[in-house]
Amino acid sequence: MLSYRDAFMPALRPSPPPTSHGLHHCFLRGCPKEAAAAFPPADGGLISPVRPQALRPSLRGRLPRAPSAHAHAGRPHAPHQASAGRWRAVRAIALGGAGLLLLALGAMAAAQPPAAIKASSLEVLIRWAPLLLWGFAFNILISIMAMGIGTVLGIPVGIAQLSRLPAVRTAASAVTQLFRNSPWLVLLFLCVFLLPFEIRAFGLRIPFPDWAKATMGFALPVMANTSEIARGAIQSVPTGQWDSARALGLTRRQCLYLVILPQCIKRMLPPWMNLYSLIAMSTVNASIVGVSEMITLTSQVHAAEGSRPELLAPLYAFALACFFVYCYPIGKWTQALERRYQVGL
Amino acid sequence: MQPIYDWFRDFYERTGINLTFIYDDFDRVRMIHGFFLTLELAIATIVLSILVGIAGAWLQGSKFVWMRRVVAAFISLFRNTPPLVQIYFFYFGLGYLLPRLPDGSGAMLPMVSNVEWAIISLSLFAGAFNIEIFRSGIEAIPKSTLEAATSFGLSRWLTYRLIVLPMAIRVCLPALGNNLVNLVKTTNLAYAIAVPELLYVSKQIWSDATNVREMMFFVLFAYLALVFVLVGLLNAIERRLAIPGFGQQGGH
Repeated sequence: MLSYRDAFMPALRPSPPPTSHGLHHCFLRGCPKEAAAAFPPADGGLISPVRPQALRPSLRGRLPRAPSAHAHAGRPHAPHQASAGRWRAVRAIALGGAGLLLLALGAMAAAQPPAAIKASSLEVLIRWAPLLLWGFAFNILISIMAMGIGTVLGIPVGIAQLSRLPAVRTAASAVTQLFRNSPWLVLLFLCVFLLPFEIRAFGLRIPFPDWAKATMGFALPVMANTSEIARGAIQSVPTGQWDSARALGLTRRQCLYLVILPQCIKRMLPPWMNLYSLIAMSTVNASIVGVSEMITLTSQVHAAEGSRPELLAPLYAFALACFFVYCYPIGKWTQALERRYQVGL
Repeated sequence: MQPIYDWFRDFYERTGINLTFIYDDFDRVRMIHGFFLTLELAIATIVLSILVGIAGAWLQGSKFVWMRRVVAAFISLFRNTPPLVQIYFFYFGLGYLLPRLPDGSGAMLPMVSNVEWAIISLSLFAGAFNIEIFRSGIEAIPKSTLEAATSFGLSRWLTYRLIVLPMAIRVCLPALGNNLVNLVKTTNLAYAIAVPELLYVSKQIWSDATNVREMMFFVLFAYLALVFVLVGLLNAIERRLAIPGFGQQGGH
């Protein structure tokens, strides 16, 4: 809705609107007083768990908004649409979850043992649900840790992919391509089987349990994908931004941290959330290498209930339902952010 | 070939790097079978998932609300649940409910084997993504083009086949390529239901010969090679299908 040329207009106008901090403030950051006053410490949101609601004001502050009718055309309807969208999303989650549970119940009905001496599938599910949900929470924990580690490592690698030193650039893109193109399960195996089970340093023995190794195994692909996301976001910023920042006398590093990266956050957020959803779903792969997360617990529950094959469908349908309820809202949220940011840039 | 085998046996003596799958006859045969099974899984799931995607995108344009809703539900269910659990659900859960059929010698075999279940569930999983990709490609086609096709008297099917699909495929080829690469990387989830593909065979070999490190890196590079071949193929297709002035202008 705004061309980037407009970003520089406020500085040229006789009286810039007093309330909006437009992009021109970014360029003033060379002077320390202005900078300290105008900006909250940048980019806490870069690594923190996804909270666009918290991010929005700062992003909004950083993007110039011309007071034109065109720019705000869709504005008045936005809250209404958002709440309608939220309702639809809630309804869809409820429907999907209910559908999967129905699937589970249907599977139970189809698979009911003829002599009802043994516990029915529903009783089994109710009895073990706390344990299974505990396992699911462990999945979530692993995914959040992997995402955190991967993002912290990945963003510097992504920036390094655009370094001016050829050696750094080549190394960074080699690492990125290597871990991006290798299968996640193989990387998981690699970490779980080849990392030591404890680290001895300074006479200390730090245990390195299975789940920590698995977390590393998930963090590697996250790192590579985040690196690509960061590179794409930086490259998608128009070169005019670089040129004008340089014209204001900022060094290359200042350009990157003060002008380019703040604009990248909103471009990175949707693909980053997609990545999180994928990593959350693939934490179940850890069951293959014996980490006691939800699917491992599911097969243990199945064994504890006498390994009756008719229990398998309801148990796995329950796991499917858990992941659906967790991942579906993330997907919807990502789509909403994508739509909003498409307009914004 | 014998000198090569001897060289690798000697290589193991000298360096301790044990590449049994080259010099040991039994392991080599296993490995070749595993590799071809992975290839088979990859090709079968790619073809089937593209078919699922085309069919789904076609049904999504249907006049019936319920048909569209069914497709939307299919997409969100398969996109938002872990592929591994889908495979388990299909293989263990549904596989148990299906009848068992006698084979020639009188043994009872499951109606759908584990390889087939792996292909089915992975195709559905990737197909759900493909539907959305194809839909985005179809939506990119200008309405006036469709109106032009209608005014020529083309039926809905003919419009789809002659106008929509050829253009949509070119628009969505990059996204489709990404998804297919992911699919090839995901085929090794079939490991979990004991499909003897590359990773499973490697695990068998490293259990027998305790050469975990060598096998691990070999598997990694084998998959990387597969992925790079696929990426090259997709790039070649993209170049070949490119129409000047249509689709991605000038790249980036």
